[in-house]
Amino acid sequence: MGLFDLLFGQKGFTHGIHPPYHKDTADKPIRRLPFPPQLVLPLDQHIGKPALPLVHKGQEVVRGEPIAKADGNFSVPLHAPATGRIRGIELMPTPKGPKTNAIVIDVYEGSTQEVLWEQPRDMSELNPDEIIQAIQDSGMVGLGGAAFPSHMKLTIPQDKEVDTLVINGCECEPYLTCDHRIMLEHPKALLRGIRYAMRATGTQKAIIGVEDNKMDAVEVLKSHLSKGSPVEVKAVETKYPQGSEKMLIKSALNREVPTGGLPSDIGVVVNNVGTLAALGDLLPQGRGLIERVITVAGPGIGKPANYLVPLGTPIRHILEHVGYEGSRTEFILGGPMMGPAVSALDTPITKGTSGLLVLNEPSIEDESHKIWPCIRCARCVNACPMHLNPSMLGLLAAKRKYEEMGLDYHLNDCFECGCCSYVCPSNIPLVQYFRIAKAINREQAA
Amino acid sequence: MSKKPTIELRTSPHAHAGEDVVIIMRNVVYALLPICAFTIWQFGLSALALLVVVTATCLLSERMFNKLSGKPNSLGDWSATITGLLLAMTLPPGFPLWMGAVAAFIGVAMGKAMFGGLGMNAMNPALIGRAFVQAAFPVAITTWTPAFFEGRFSQFIPTTLTPPFLQPPVVSEWVTQVTVDSFSGATPLALQKFEGVVTDHMDMLLGTTAGSAGETSALLILAGGLYLAARRMLDWRIPVLVLLGAALTAGVFFLIDPVKYPDPLFVVLSGGLMLGAWFMASDMVGSPVTPLGVVIYALMIGFLTVIIRLFGGLTEGVMYAILLGNAATPLIDQITQPRVFGQQRADK
Repeated sequence: MGLFDLLFGQKGFTHGIHPPYHKDTADKPIRRLPFPPQLVLPLDQHIGKPALPLVHKGQEVVRGEPIAKADGNFSVPLHAPATGRIRGIELMPTPKGPKTNAIVIDVYEGSTQEVLWEQPRDMSELNPDEIIQAIQDSGMVGLGGAAFPSHMKLTIPQDKEVDTLVINGCECEPYLTCDHRIMLEHPKALLRGIRYAMRATGTQKAIIGVEDNKMDAVEVLKSHLSKGSPVEVKAVETKYPQGSEKMLIKSALNREVPTGGLPSDIGVVVNNVGTLAALGDLLPQGRGLIERVITVAGPGIGKPANYLVPLGTPIRHILEHVGYEGSRTEFILGGPMMGPAVSALDTPITKGTSGLLVLNEPSIEDESHKIWPCIRCARCVNACPMHLNPSMLGLLAAKRKYEEMGLDYHLNDCFECGCCSYVCPSNIPLVQYFRIAKAINREQAA
Repeated sequence: MSKKPTIELRTSPHAHAGEDVVIIMRNVVYALLPICAFTIWQFGLSALALLVVVTATCLLSERMFNKLSGKPNSLGDWSATITGLLLAMTLPPGFPLWMGAVAAFIGVAMGKAMFGGLGMNAMNPALIGRAFVQAAFPVAITTWTPAFFEGRFSQFIPTTLTPPFLQPPVVSEWVTQVTVDSFSGATPLALQKFEGVVTDHMDMLLGTTAGSAGETSALLILAGGLYLAARRMLDWRIPVLVLLGAALTAGVFFLIDPVKYPDPLFVVLSGGLMLGAWFMASDMVGSPVTPLGVVIYALMIGFLTVIIRLFGGLTEGVMYAILLGNAATPLIDQITQPRVFGQQRADK
């Protein structure tokens, strides 16, 4: 708490929490999973406009072939992760909640892992705009979980100037180790991706921020950097939510993103290591994003490990492969702090899914989840990385004073990391209240 | 996957630190128990009876208000137990039991239930109860009896068993009977204030002096407080800053006139300051949540305590200082809202 800051001065961002990390899969190399019999590819795996299908029912597609195109600039295309036949475009469950339209592919038995559709190109001849276009064509989105189209993120607005590319290798969510493994196993692809991103954004400097519980990754990355390289590797404190964009910028550069602003306002653009490693791999070959690394872990998982899975793989197929136990369970896509729980095992792995966790937490009806009144212990105040006052916000939310929360208590600066709910001894669902309040305020404004 | 699993649906976060209100409150009780044990050893049957009666009245009152307001049973959160133990500790060990019960009832009723129960109370319920009896029974609450008197485990202090609604008997005669040395029955604070006698610091640290049940042993209070602070169940900044505020204020006066005013260490070790700082000022409900607010609040309590002690009619000022601090908390919270990450500093 306070004593550390008092003695050593401000180091990185203040507040935050130290949940048990459970990084048991950090030493598990990335392995492939076989194709499922059926792939489900929602058209809106990214933030922005859903992709427009290019295929029709009964059509045959080969692995790597585009099956949906971007709808305008704020959208990305989709590629077929396996060779097979289009079953149709159907409403399917997604991690986001409501069912959405998805292209369903019946995968041919014995379908090859070889990518059959690609357009290799010489990256050294592309100018920044062409690199951005190539990134959009690859269907790349932020693989850390946000699923924001990468080409949009790397497009710097005309009136802004960006000097530093920050690469997010924190992976501060408990359990997840896929980014850690990517840094260990694919450092060259990552550094290639960083060079492309630097050229696309015109930045002269890049900093890879890695939490100091992954020193092996720091060493590996450093060993691949020559002297005088514009890329720097920086170990940052292991603390949740270090991997949040704003927190990492603060830790790596000691710059604060202004409230309501974007990193580009202070000359920074941030990308995740998984995203850049994938770009480094895909761009020269002219391929699309058809698979990603996820961490499959949690107390209920028989063989926790990191797997390279084709996008659209239903989680049921993964669970059958790794084995799981527990009659009452939570299935979470992503990390335990921010990942959504899914209601159906037919939910597919999408571009933004970084993990599949099976937790055997006590049921919500259990006594341990009983909600007590706020006792003003201030743990949430001392945990909030944005230095908000969740205690006060929670009281206002209970009174449904949503407008006041936004106007007087900076509700919109909350990025829903969940630290407040994590520490609350009264089990008050603070961040859950804030999500509702934000949604209602958005509706009111609209 | 042989059988169909039951899928739990919850919104994130799906992890929790695991510490809840009950665990925190229970640990506060643990931290108070050694002090209770010490006071029983010190004052015998009377102290035991007072602890039991006051705590039981708190629990009964809490349950009664649960029923009246149609709320679920809240005895399980231990907060009423803490109120009872703390209240008993602030009373003289020979305090008439019926008066203790009144204090307990008033504390729970007016200090807590009236506001809506746990977490809603503006001020510390134990101190509300004590403030009431301080005003209602000024003699009884300043009647002190010696520690470690002979036969304390076989007989009550005469005042303890005063029948309800009657005033307690005068005990000065009894006191001279049971004490070997000429004990005046005065607490270190009263001795200092009215007679200019400074009690040995070591006696106060160990708690071999007269005083309220819980305010005598600074050492045990410190141990309990440190236990809670180490487990992060108590904000260590509050007691430390309360004591610092008191010591600094006292220090200023001590430098002005070392004969008239007590030294800072005496101020810190005497009276209820230790108990108040560690267990009452630090009560989460009544203290600010903002980091800067905590500092202002704690220093203010320390300062006010000394001012009341030195210049007020009372020997002890901790109670009113903390109640004033509690009362100021909403305002302090309001004006010390932390700077939000990314917000421009005011001076820019």
